[in-house]
Amino acid sequence: MPDATDILNALVLMTNFVFVPALAYGSQLALGALGVTLVYGILRFANFAHGDMMAFGTTLTILFTWALQAAGISLGIFPTALLALVPAIIIMAIFVIGIDKVVFAYYRKQRAAPVVLVIASVGVMFMLSAVVRFVMGTEDRRFTDGDRFLVRALDFKKWSGLDEGLAIQTTQAITVVVSLVVVAALFYFLDRTRTGKAMRAYSDNEDLALLSGINPDRIVMVTWILAAALATIAGALYGLDKSFKPFTYFQLLLPIFAAAIVGGIGQPIGAVVGGYVVAFSEVMLTYAYKKFATYLLPETMAPKGLLQFLGTDYKFAISFIILVLVLLIRPTGIFRGKVL
Amino acid sequence: MTTIETDTTGADAATTPAPTAIVQKKQSPWRAPAAFLVMGLLLAIVGAAQSWSVALGILNMSLISALMAMGLNLQWGYAGLFNAGVMAFTALGGLAAVVVSHPPVWEALAAGGRSMALSGVILVATIATIAFAVSTLKGRMRKFAVVAIVVVGYVLLRPVFADAVSSIETVDPARTGFIGGLGLPIVVAWPVGGLFAAAVAWLIGKVALGLRSDYLAIATLGISEIVIAVLKNEDWLARGVKNVTGLPRPVPYEIELQQTPWFIDLVTRFNAGALEAAADAAEREAILRQLVIENAGNFVKLAYAGLFTVVLLIILALCVRALNSPWGRMMRAIRDNDEAAAAMGKDIKARHLQVFVLGSAIIGIAGAMMTTLDGQFTPGTYNPLRFTFLIWVMVIVGGSGNNLGAVLGGFLIWFIWVEAEPAGSWIVQMLSANMDPQSELYRHLQDIAAPFRLFVMGLVLLIVLRFSPRGLLPEKVRHS
Repeated sequence: MPDATDILNALVLMTNFVFVPALAYGSQLALGALGVTLVYGILRFANFAHGDMMAFGTTLTILFTWALQAAGISLGIFPTALLALVPAIIIMAIFVIGIDKVVFAYYRKQRAAPVVLVIASVGVMFMLSAVVRFVMGTEDRRFTDGDRFLVRALDFKKWSGLDEGLAIQTTQAITVVVSLVVVAALFYFLDRTRTGKAMRAYSDNEDLALLSGINPDRIVMVTWILAAALATIAGALYGLDKSFKPFTYFQLLLPIFAAAIVGGIGQPIGAVVGGYVVAFSEVMLTYAYKKFATYLLPETMAPKGLLQFLGTDYKFAISFIILVLVLLIRPTGIFRGKVL
Repeated sequence: MTTIETDTTGADAATTPAPTAIVQKKQSPWRAPAAFLVMGLLLAIVGAAQSWSVALGILNMSLISALMAMGLNLQWGYAGLFNAGVMAFTALGGLAAVVVSHPPVWEALAAGGRSMALSGVILVATIATIAFAVSTLKGRMRKFAVVAIVVVGYVLLRPVFADAVSSIETVDPARTGFIGGLGLPIVVAWPVGGLFAAAVAWLIGKVALGLRSDYLAIATLGISEIVIAVLKNEDWLARGVKNVTGLPRPVPYEIELQQTPWFIDLVTRFNAGALEAAADAAEREAILRQLVIENAGNFVKLAYAGLFTVVLLIILALCVRALNSPWGRMMRAIRDNDEAAAAMGKDIKARHLQVFVLGSAIIGIAGAMMTTLDGQFTPGTYNPLRFTFLIWVMVIVGGSGNNLGAVLGGFLIWFIWVEAEPAGSWIVQMLSANMDPQSELYRHLQDIAAPFRLFVMGLVLLIVLRFSPRGLLPEKVRHS
């Protein structure tokens, strides 16, 4: 039987390498999926440009961060990027509404098939990703400053007397807190405010909503503002946590879509839950449990292999496999979203 | 059938690829020939201004791109299926080139061949048991049985497979580390690439078809990422990211060609004028040598172009015939109004699966041809922007539902894709002509040329979608 320290060590190990990273990644996915789900619920098309919108919002955030740093403004132990988010979101919202006016509004007026809007979003995706590369180049960029760690592994070891250290990066903590605030604010907006209620009504039944005097142009505009804000925050948090590289944002598209669909597309709560489902599955299925098992099992039963279900390179495969499984068992997602 | 046939313009907006077209203008019969003539002129200009080698390089990739666009057009233009996994089928074709033409690695087969075969048997047995369970059991029992069989199958398979992989990959990993292929001529890989792609398309179709088009797009996008992940990581199969290089060629090698008497004769005959003008025999010899070296490369490219053109023409002929046959009418009827078609007794699901498999097979053939042209298989280079969405731009810009349109789109978009980078550099040069080469902005501007092509592609797609949503060569809708 393993003794109490071993069990504690094993738990700390899991917290450090599975729970904390998955929670942070899940929060980023949830924010991304919320944007996709809102656009899908109101504008009724799958926006392929969302990943590159995140990249663009992050680019703006980085530029404002640099400007603030140059002006000597900082947030002390927090990354300056948090402050830069505010102007970035405003510019991003204006920019995204501009895209809608130039590209998507025409097809809405034409009552074109949703697929035409999807293809148009592919065009927007191409152009946005080019613009991001024009501005930022293609290499990795780190733009986080302030304190790197909230809890340091060494300090934790000293404090607890355990063999395993627990490290929590500031960016991970910020990700979780910011996501909580944003999600709470969004749900308050959708549930309690007039505009939020109008948006939900429009999403549920467009004709009925129009009959009751809801202004569709306003709904569309608010949707894009929310999508822009969510994309910027999600992108900036992801960039703070990992690093900023334009192409990875395109690759995030798949787990984000998976999260939105798993939760039930068009359902904000589904997007949040889906984000965590995808993130935890990805991290848990690609983690090597060898050390974890070594703590809990007697020495004679120590595992030989890595005890890894799947190689880390199959991360994207996991989000997709979850997607298929959920759709086979429950075709409208966990929270009964719209039928695709 | 006639009622559906005449109904195509007022079709159900949810499934029609180009529903914004309301009035059908009469098309000039010269539109397609004129478009191809312009395309030929563009290539000729590149040949004269840059070099014939560049022009032939563009031509070869254009032929392959046209084939891919035709495969996608079969799925989207004929049947309205949103396949965002073109990349996977291209890569599967590339895999076929390795599996068919690379010589077998006997040491690796001796080391791990047996356990690899055993894991194959376990896999097939697991799938067969699942199929049996699904067909015989019902309700909750069925779910439990399937889960149990999957778990048991995985537990049995995992150690055998891991053993096979490690014994194969440790055999001379710097040079081989994989099982190799069959050592057949690489042209055989083209139809095999089609078969590989068709097999995987059948599997995907079974899972994902029948969902709304947005969802099919996301599903196929996901599956294509999985296929690439497998190709990148399963080193025993095709060396993964270590790449397989030096694949055999269906055409002669430049070096051999330069030694071949008939080729030297040919070059001599074509350049008689230039050679006569030479002052003495030594200079004549030197000029001839230079000409032979230059022309050997072009000859190889021309030989590829000839092979690709043959394949393209065969498949184009088949596609055109299929579109104008009762089968093509049925496909369009399903695309435009699947409920009416179902009411008339058409099996929508089966037809969708069929056209999805056929289109993917064509893309697989093109993928095998591309790997043949490159002479190497490099899974790391497959990227959805280039191999999925660019093909989409080709189909939309060319004209979905029209095979010649897809071919034109393949040519034109590939041309723009290649030429956008020099154009971008040129613009950058104009912009930065008076700048200090040491300045930050100057150096930054130099990096802009590469993504410039992405920008142009997006712009072309959006402009065509907005002002000519049915493409440059729109689908012909016949009213009879």
